Amino acid sequence: MLRYVIRRFLLALLTLITVSALAFFMTWLSGDPALAIAGDTASAEDIAAVRDHYGLDRPIVAQYFSWAGRALRGDFGVSYHFDLPVSEMLATRLPVTMTLGAASILFALALAIPLGVLAAVYNNTIIDRAALTIAVLGQAIPTFWFALMMMILFGITLRWLPISGGGSWAHYVMPTIALGYFATPVLMRLTRAGMLEALESDYIRTARAYGLPIRSILFRHALRNALIPVVALAAVQFGFMLGGSIVIETVFSLPGIGWLGYDAILRGDLPVVQAILLVVAGFYVILTFLADLLNAALDPRMRSAG
Amino acid sequence: MLKEIRLDGVKAVLGAGALALVTAFGTSDAMAGPDDDTLRIAWGATGPIDNLDAYFNTNRTGIWFARNVWDTLVFRNLDEGTYEPLLATGWSFPDDTTLDLTLREGVVFHNGEPFDADDVVYTLNFIADPENGVLTRGNVDWIENAERTGPYSVRVHMTRPMPQIFEILSGPIVIYPNEYYAEVGPEGMNRMPVGTGPYRVTEVQPTQRYTLERNPDYTWGSPKGEASIGTLVIREIADVQTQVAELLGGGIDFTADISADQLDQITGLPGFSGAQSETMRISYLGFDAAGRSGFEPTQNPMVREAIARAVNRKAISENLVRGDSRVVNTPCFPTQFGCDEDAAVIWDFDPEAARALLAEAGYPDGFEIEIYNYRSSSWAEAIIADLAEIGIAANLNQMGYFALRDLQHEGRTPLYLMDWGSFSINDMSAITSRFFTLGPDDFAQDEELAAWLETGDSSPDPATREEAYAKAIARITERLYWLPMFSHVRNYAFVEGLEFKGFVDEIPRFYAYSWR
Repeated sequence: MLRYVIRRFLLALLTLITVSALAFFMTWLSGDPALAIAGDTASAEDIAAVRDHYGLDRPIVAQYFSWAGRALRGDFGVSYHFDLPVSEMLATRLPVTMTLGAASILFALALAIPLGVLAAVYNNTIIDRAALTIAVLGQAIPTFWFALMMMILFGITLRWLPISGGGSWAHYVMPTIALGYFATPVLMRLTRAGMLEALESDYIRTARAYGLPIRSILFRHALRNALIPVVALAAVQFGFMLGGSIVIETVFSLPGIGWLGYDAILRGDLPVVQAILLVVAGFYVILTFLADLLNAALDPRMRSAG
Repeated sequence: MLKEIRLDGVKAVLGAGALALVTAFGTSDAMAGPDDDTLRIAWGATGPIDNLDAYFNTNRTGIWFARNVWDTLVFRNLDEGTYEPLLATGWSFPDDTTLDLTLREGVVFHNGEPFDADDVVYTLNFIADPENGVLTRGNVDWIENAERTGPYSVRVHMTRPMPQIFEILSGPIVIYPNEYYAEVGPEGMNRMPVGTGPYRVTEVQPTQRYTLERNPDYTWGSPKGEASIGTLVIREIADVQTQVAELLGGGIDFTADISADQLDQITGLPGFSGAQSETMRISYLGFDAAGRSGFEPTQNPMVREAIARAVNRKAISENLVRGDSRVVNTPCFPTQFGCDEDAAVIWDFDPEAARALLAEAGYPDGFEIEIYNYRSSSWAEAIIADLAEIGIAANLNQMGYFALRDLQHEGRTPLYLMDWGSFSINDMSAITSRFFTLGPDDFAQDEELAAWLETGDSSPDPATREEAYAKAIARITERLYWLPMFSHVRNYAFVEGLEFKGFVDEIPRFYAYSWR
């Protein structure tokens, strides 16, 4: 197990270093930051002065190493546009995105697992089809339109929930449903497939032969095994939600890093974009690493396979 | 790119459908803003204010914020078309490059700091120093330095004659408290702005929310007048559909980011009002006449004329922009100083003539061209349809503003639909000179034209300026460096009961609003 952990850890570290280089160099390809900073009416001299001021005229590799060195100490520089330390901006916004991501994945699991179990138990019946339909709608409906429909119902007509902004738990309800519902289908289908496979297996047949209660067979034996890949996928989905909440945070004006990233990309605010990419990728890598460890703990076969 | 356009279209249609649903099912009563004397405002469709320090801001909404929080030396009376005393009570010009100002007594900043000559001197010297990195250098690079000549008098030395000086002194140049600014700098001003204006800032959540309260000390007879509404709560909401939902749901009372179609639907609902106001912003179709992109057809004047005659500007203005929008024939807004409409060459819509010109230019079967756009894709699509009628296949490159601006600076855009709001400065130097003085946005690279504009920008004699600008207008429109398109309209939606007034410079003066 220790060798497995070390191997996975080194792989995660390598991924993170690669991502940091990609985050730095690829954002440079998106445009000249000096133009973005200098503003619309800048002359060639103004732009040159900006390059000099921000050190943008140094070799890009040298800029990468100094950036990476500072990033290791948690210093991501100062936003070109907002004139605020990037680490401070992330510190105020990351909790919002983390809260949204965690709530959304819990919502998705709470919806997907029961639906998946139902669909598997009542395989090829109308219940199976209904469960699939509910789940598939989550991916078929455009997220922003689903968000607008909720705003109309819960925000305008019923006035139960605030339409946009942050600050209270109520502000998270609609964004959580919108983001979580989108992640439900894939988790539901995986649960269903895992349950079907488990229900066909010899140990379940044996359990039935022993006359164990159906509840025990389903939830103690079949579901436990069926959930192993779901756990790994949920971790990946959580990482996806951290990075993929741009639309939801923008539509609901939820002040997280998704909305910040969207605006930073539009403005060519490189320090912000690079920091967000690195932080989100870091979470993604850590979550995948933890999911691997969890899977290995649950299923000893994976330790030798990995 | 095509996918992006399609998604934009889908979003617009679905959004419109959502609004139609609201219209059909109705809403609860709009929240009554007068009850707590608070006007809740949403803006941010083009991104949040990047920096609340007015000298480090490039957002339009940052200008709106500044006009309500700070004061300028001079007040521009848009109704009368005059310049009136504000923080300065008098002025004189001993020569073309010296300005003497007499300042108002009895004014205090929001933090209690009294206003005097030191504030003006500090502010002007700070923004004039290139080391301080103030953005939009064109607004401040005419200042050599400022010196105190008395507790309430200042002498300003200029680097050049500045004929449009009152536009600048009544617009982008706001006065900061010297002691506070020296202590906190631009970063501190960004975190907590302090001015003398009708509203004082009491809360800042950067890029999200700002709370402004009526300045109780604004009683010294400012021509702006005292604010009527007690509190402004401004929220940055990027998505316009969300702004509409917030308005209908009672979360906000005012938005100015919506389209004409949305305005129609909102004003059809009980409890809501709206207004449209023409703005100084104009759209133009720009051609790479100088060949910076290497694309040959747009270097041919006959091709540019063919395109100008093929585009139905009136139809786009009336049917897509709507409201008070009108076709503009000048490379400037008609109210701006020097913007002589009679000097412009007018190109009427004439597809037959366009086809003939194209054939004569050596393109009887048309050609393929890339057109670049960042604002409403429907406007660009209308142009593309018009061009298709004469055989030109234009491919739409729809992108964000900053990405397009970068491409332009690199000279990679043969044909582009852009617009400019002149920073609400009512002078031709704020637009035409910006684009035709051989800078990175200049796709004409016409040295004679640049020289005329230089004369217009710097001559102290109004007649000389007008003459130079008229020549520039004639050149730009005759050679079709730009095809001026139409004026923009700002659509405002708000709760019934708000006394609203629109201004042509596209700046809401919240201090002039009141509850009925």
